Amino acid sequence: MSQVAIIVNGKARKADVEPRMLLVHVLREQFNLTGTHLGCDTSQCGACTVLVDGRSAKSCTIFAVQADGSEVTTIEGLATDGQLHPLQKGFWDAHGLQCGYCTPGMIMSAVTLLRDTPDPTEAQIREGIAGNLCRCTGYQHIVDAIQLAAGRR
Amino acid sequence: MIPTGFEYERATSVADAVARLRASNGAAKLIAGGHSLVPLMKLRLSEPGRLIDIARIPELCGIRQVGDAIEIGAATVHHDVATSPLIATRCPMLAEAAAEIGDPQVRNRGTLGGSLAHADPSADYPAVILVLNATIHIVGPGGERVVQAATFFKDLLTVDLDPQEVIVSVRFKPVVSAGYAKLHQRASHYAIVGVAGVLDIQGGVVRSACVAVTGASTHAMRLSNVEHALAGQPLNDESIHKAASIAGAGVAVVNADVHASEEYRRAMIPVFTKRALEKARARSSA
Repeated sequence: MSQVAIIVNGKARKADVEPRMLLVHVLREQFNLTGTHLGCDTSQCGACTVLVDGRSAKSCTIFAVQADGSEVTTIEGLATDGQLHPLQKGFWDAHGLQCGYCTPGMIMSAVTLLRDTPDPTEAQIREGIAGNLCRCTGYQHIVDAIQLAAGRR
Repeated sequence: MIPTGFEYERATSVADAVARLRASNGAAKLIAGGHSLVPLMKLRLSEPGRLIDIARIPELCGIRQVGDAIEIGAATVHHDVATSPLIATRCPMLAEAAAEIGDPQVRNRGTLGGSLAHADPSADYPAVILVLNATIHIVGPGGERVVQAATFFKDLLTVDLDPQEVIVSVRFKPVVSAGYAKLHQRASHYAIVGVAGVLDIQGGVVRSACVAVTGASTHAMRLSNVEHALAGQPLNDESIHKAASIAGAGVAVVNADVHASEEYRRAMIPVFTKRALEKARARSSA
């Protein structure tokens, strides 16, 4: 077993893990942050996307031990003082979700996109969420939601 | 999916990583971004007994100008290559290729050294490294050695790298008149076919050309027949079309998988060769 210390959503957390434990499992099962979803488990669908040291990453493709000493932000860490993050609000208002399974990963990817490109074109938004699969929406409302959020910031 | 159990440790320097590799007696593998290795371990196609993490070794990270060359540390992530102002200005083909690797999350974690060491037949970097005539700087128990890109890629997932060695950096002379064109697999964004081309042009005539393909065969390789067809020719639509039309003709083994048949890949090599050369030409006149 190894002990990992990770700052999760601004709070210092510790966990005893086997080195083979993936970050997504530590977040969900040890820290009870079940907003991060495990989808394909093969590094393609992006449902497990979180921020590691400020940038989007697939938590199914990172061992928790690799994140020791890092800062991780999950979907639970976006809202502040009970106010939804602009992207969460955008997804709500523009109907950017149907079943909701991909939504946390989509939003975490969009956080990185808007950090790099505050005023993205539609093409840049589509490239920004190229690592996230959605099987419900056909992506159009997701693109609209991100555009809405970008305009409100 | 849960990999086989392993021990994990972090190396603090390149020398420390080499010492740890040596001490493990072949049981250890290096990990940096892990975006080739972790998926393989989850499928239990790779079952190392120990992982040595080199992601945070300062000397392995960063993009620097060294004389008239550019040096990129092996643990530099694709996002940093794709967004480097130095690379964008001096070697736009490399920025273009890095920006097309995988997806944003992959580019935030995956590293140049990892891509080269793993040498996936569909990886983007190998084709670019080949046409840049880059050198790969490696440190092992016997000290440092320098390998030319042309001799680095050997076969399927096989490169000139000993299990006890660490890729430290890649060095190359930057070139503007070069382009990378790629047919994406839509889910993984691996290259079904990717072609990189560099043109050395003087007075509207191609002095020499370097062209390489990835995704098509067991490993990235130069397309020497295309290079010969271009050398000495005036650079125009006709010469590009003619040279591109024979691209892939000399490649004996062409991959076939669920994403593309051999016939389709063979048909796409000339298409993407032409696009890469056209990009190179456009940059040469910009």
